Amino acid sequence: MIDGFVIPLLKILIVLNATLVAVTYMVLLERKVIAWAQSRLGPMRVGPYGILQPIADAVKLMIKEDITPVKADRWVFTAAPIISMVPALIVYAVIPFGPTVSLFGRQVNLFITDINVGLLYIVSVASVGVYGIILAGYASNSKYPLLASLRASAQLISYEVAVTLTLVSVILMAGSLSMVSIVRAQESAHVWYAFAQPLAFGIFFIGGLAETNRAPFDMPEAEQELTGGFHTEYSGMRFALFFLAEYANMIVVSSVATTLFLGGWLRPFPSVAALSFLDFIPAWTWFLIKSFVFLYIFIWVRATLPRYRYDQLMRLGWKVLIPLAIANLVVTGIVKVAFL
Amino acid sequence: MGEAIAFYFIAACILGFAVLVVSTKDTVHSVLFLVLDFLFVAALYVLLGAQFVAAIQILVYAGGIVVLYLFVVMLVNLKRPPEANSDPHRKTQWGFALAVAVLVELVVVTTYSYVRPIQPLAAAAATAMPVTGNTEEVGWLLYTSYLIPFEIASMLLLVAMIGAIVLAKREL
Repeated sequence: MIDGFVIPLLKILIVLNATLVAVTYMVLLERKVIAWAQSRLGPMRVGPYGILQPIADAVKLMIKEDITPVKADRWVFTAAPIISMVPALIVYAVIPFGPTVSLFGRQVNLFITDINVGLLYIVSVASVGVYGIILAGYASNSKYPLLASLRASAQLISYEVAVTLTLVSVILMAGSLSMVSIVRAQESAHVWYAFAQPLAFGIFFIGGLAETNRAPFDMPEAEQELTGGFHTEYSGMRFALFFLAEYANMIVVSSVATTLFLGGWLRPFPSVAALSFLDFIPAWTWFLIKSFVFLYIFIWVRATLPRYRYDQLMRLGWKVLIPLAIANLVVTGIVKVAFL
Repeated sequence: MGEAIAFYFIAACILGFAVLVVSTKDTVHSVLFLVLDFLFVAALYVLLGAQFVAAIQILVYAGGIVVLYLFVVMLVNLKRPPEANSDPHRKTQWGFALAVAVLVELVVVTTYSYVRPIQPLAAAAATAMPVTGNTEEVGWLLYTSYLIPFEIASMLLLVAMIGAIVLAKREL
């Protein structure tokens, strides 16, 4: 009863809440880091160094008026933010934050579940998330959001191909689709797959930027051209849901990158006994540190790089990343069959 | 018991959404019901213990193909009222004939398989399989027992792909 029901429920509760808190503080971090990059201070008024800013933002968004345009497709307009939020959150079901630990005399897995098709589950759930964006643009019944959502869906579909192909080469290396087994495979291979598959790692990272609509691929939200993007007609909490979904997706991409390429919860050099003093840091902390590095790079890239033009972005996706990913997959397969 | 309840619930949802797909006036809504339908079909696969097929169902159909449908529907703007067609009922008799044919076919196949149940092929093959796990078993079967059908299917897809390219780009 406790193992089958209470503990999973508790884990789901903790993961969901931690994600939402992390997401709100990601927004603050982003504003701070970009401010520092531009020699500004960023939010400073709410709490010391603006540390309570996310709470103020949340309150503001919740008490704002919730507007539905008269000509909007009412049902779809309401459903769109929910459709983009739900996939961003349920992906966390298979992300391994740590190994099995004993807690209060009980063996507890530091992940909600480990299914045999874990990676495939992530990819397929993420592919459903694009509906939120398409439908938001369509249902608003307004020019710019529609343009933005067409751009977004074309971009997502294009980059999904490249990203999924890089995932296949990781699956070839690990011989499994389960997230926990992939981490274990890196442990027994004594190498993080970022070093064994540098090309796949690079393509995954670029594709991850594009799939989360982040700079330099934030075409769907290009303010100067589209007066905001697919969520132009949304206000208040519904707008906030899109915002939260975007940041939750960033955390998902970082977590997946950490798990697949940076050894998940493993400490650096897990096979070197001389470094075993590092084990006093709990495994999940390593996971969080590695994911945080990714999130920081996401923000850093946004503060540094200018935006791609739309045709350049499509050309990069189809003519550079996808052929590279296919070549990488073929080479991985040949090497695996011939030498391992 | 619980499985039966889940099955009947999912089956009812699949049929209900399927009816909504063809009866809704707004084409975009119709496509959305199709997505829901696919998701419930995936749930049915999970209920059967075929997680791999379920994930592929969502990835390929719900996440890939229907997005393209939605694209097309949004681009060509099908919001014309049905009255714009000359006679909405002109194809009715053909539709009924087809529906009756499908119904007869279904009844015949169901009764035949009830009277003479086929040997459980998958279970027989499973005993000889050297691999465990859903994905591994599908892969094993595809590349051993079903290698030729698999290759024929991939040839078919290749032909379709080349055909699409030729149609879209007359002069290369």
